[in-house]
Amino acid sequence: MSYELSHLRELEAESIFIFREVAAEFERPCLLFSGGKDSIVMLRLAEKAFHPCKLPFPVMHIDTGHNFPEVLEFRDRRLEELGARLVVASVQDAIDTGKVVEETGPRASRNQLQITPLLDAIEEHRFDALFGGARRDEEKARAKERVYSFRDEFGQWDPKNQRPELWNLYNGKLRLGEHIRVFPISNWTELDIWQYIQAEGIEIPSVYFAHQREVFERDGMLLAVSEYITLMDSEEAFTESVRYRTVGDMSCTGAVESDADTVEKIIEEVSATRITERGATRADDRVSEAAMEDRKKVGYF
Amino acid sequence: MRLLDRKKVGYFYWLIRSPRSDPVRLSDRKKVGYLSWHRPKESWVPLVAEILRFATAGSVDDGKSTLIGRMLYDTKTIFQDQLEAVERTSEQMGNEYTNLALLTDGLRAEREQGITIDVAYRYFSTPKRKFIIADTPGHIQYTRNMVTGASTADLAIVLIDVRNGVVEQSRRHAFIASLLRIPHLVLCVNKMDLVDYSQEAFDKVVAEFRDFATKLDIGDLTFIPVSALVGDNVVDRGENMPWYEGTSLLHHLEQVHIASDRNLIDARLPVQYVLRPQSDAYHDYRGYAGTISGGVLKPGDDVVVLPSGFESKIASIETYEGPVEEAFAPMAVSVRLEDDIDISRGDMICRPNNRPHVSQDLDAMVCWMTADAKLEPRLKLGIKHTSRAARVMVKDLQYRLDINSLHRDESSTSLELNEIGRVTLRSTVPLFVDEYRRNRDTGSFVLIDENTNNTVGAGMILGES
Repeated sequence: MSYELSHLRELEAESIFIFREVAAEFERPCLLFSGGKDSIVMLRLAEKAFHPCKLPFPVMHIDTGHNFPEVLEFRDRRLEELGARLVVASVQDAIDTGKVVEETGPRASRNQLQITPLLDAIEEHRFDALFGGARRDEEKARAKERVYSFRDEFGQWDPKNQRPELWNLYNGKLRLGEHIRVFPISNWTELDIWQYIQAEGIEIPSVYFAHQREVFERDGMLLAVSEYITLMDSEEAFTESVRYRTVGDMSCTGAVESDADTVEKIIEEVSATRITERGATRADDRVSEAAMEDRKKVGYF
Repeated sequence: MRLLDRKKVGYFYWLIRSPRSDPVRLSDRKKVGYLSWHRPKESWVPLVAEILRFATAGSVDDGKSTLIGRMLYDTKTIFQDQLEAVERTSEQMGNEYTNLALLTDGLRAEREQGITIDVAYRYFSTPKRKFIIADTPGHIQYTRNMVTGASTADLAIVLIDVRNGVVEQSRRHAFIASLLRIPHLVLCVNKMDLVDYSQEAFDKVVAEFRDFATKLDIGDLTFIPVSALVGDNVVDRGENMPWYEGTSLLHHLEQVHIASDRNLIDARLPVQYVLRPQSDAYHDYRGYAGTISGGVLKPGDDVVVLPSGFESKIASIETYEGPVEEAFAPMAVSVRLEDDIDISRGDMICRPNNRPHVSQDLDAMVCWMTADAKLEPRLKLGIKHTSRAARVMVKDLQYRLDINSLHRDESSTSLELNEIGRVTLRSTVPLFVDEYRRNRDTGSFVLIDENTNNTVGAGMILGES
């Protein structure tokens, strides 16, 4: 007799445990959903954790207004299937009401601008726990972040003052005005996510698969030509077979050259690749070695 | 929009081997939608791997970062952009060689001060296993960090510089590994290249460590002579130590038998969440959701619910994929009972003839983790044990343990940051506990400061007091 779980089942069980723990101990949790593959896997895990009940929390999308149309369509259809409540916090609204100021120039991005509507929504809905799909293999600052990551009343993360996390005993004690970000898939890698998508037969937006797209090259990345981004003089648009490894704001998410048009081929590509997911596709992390840490400290995901 | 085949995959097809004893054949795997077996150019994707969690302990100069860097590099886990970033930073900092420690030291303060602040988690895989490394720094807050990293580890690697032999810090690392009951300990005797790969030098360290280890409770102890810098015995055997008859470190990590480490005897299900859909399709449905902490539960099993003591039978064990025939740790399931009993979060489902201790008085080893306060008699704290939260009062500090000499200081009146001692506690409500040595899940707890809400203590239960 052998009682061993595969690595995916063990990771899945760990994530389900975390979802249930938070739902039991917090009053107003909420699941952050970007439409990317990690948050799609998160939705599936949440569904599993509470089956046959509906999700005991709403789903929140921080809408930069620069979305891939496929992703929005996918979001609405999937949430309707689940019978889940959607909360949208809009960056465009924040710009229109003057709460944040749109960056200008060809490198303008709405990435940083997400922080204000995110924190406002947390305050407005009095959310005390936000599930996020961050993984520790993604980025150096995240490698040191706890599963329960505390935010003070300003939404700030203090990396030097984190609670020790032992066994599977999570300490969720909060003071009024504080909240936590919870990362149930902390221990998953990009490859685990893809293997899980395959094993579970999970549907994902088409932009993850190889397709022909009009792109241009900037800082060694391929960015999509769209209404949200202005080409600089030296940049030239061309059509290429590409796919996205991450799906975020169109103006700062890069595509990679790829012919992988099935999950099998993507897994093959991911397992042979020599560049990290964020390194290949996120302009926002290229600002400095500690760009992610700096954003997190002021309230980013 | 692409719709993938939505194949219904039964829970047990996911097992490494089926609980019905026959290994799942490759052809079966394909049938249920598993990944096809193929070998990509540069690496090899494990399809159905096991997870091994290990902690690495070592001090600043014993080559721990080099060893981890070597493993990640030789298993092709370090990515080009990471390596380039590290090379760039090394150069800026004026290092003569690429400083692989920068791969794990990601926070601004760490880079600026050249120190490691916190436990960092790293991941790599081989065809056989997926590895999760809890990399714990060697200097600041050592005990607190190593206890944290060790709490979930199946195996610990302690590094020793062969030129220095067993030093105070190696003893401390080995002691914490044994205190946290990490089932497997690997002593890597490093820098063998600096002593001409001398067997004599290696044997001397081994003898010295064995002598010390007799005082500890260590299940499985392995010694490996390595040179992390050159790579001997890290991933490959190398040719410099023909006298060494064991395997390389990575081979050991892939092979070490961890399946028997889990408790399959004492059935425990701490109730985490009660599922009540209250819909027409699931009228009167009540599922007690939780993660199995030990033993095996099956439909039809007689069970008792603590603290009420009501007995019932398991009607079914549910997962999203449907009912399963057996559930064992660490499966996250929900259990339905034949009788309608009032059960809530914090209750424990177990077998009538195999129950945990039900007690308000605990005898435990506690590691104190804060500088803000001391642990002393009369102190009141919050406690979290399985899914139960309560308050405790410190009744007595029996002794403080000197983790270097293992001397018991019975005259001690308090525990300070990074100190470990034997403590008796009284809780406001009964807790359902097992000895930590028997079950790490039902034998562990954390203590919470009620003013700051910080986690300030980690406890391992010795028994009732």
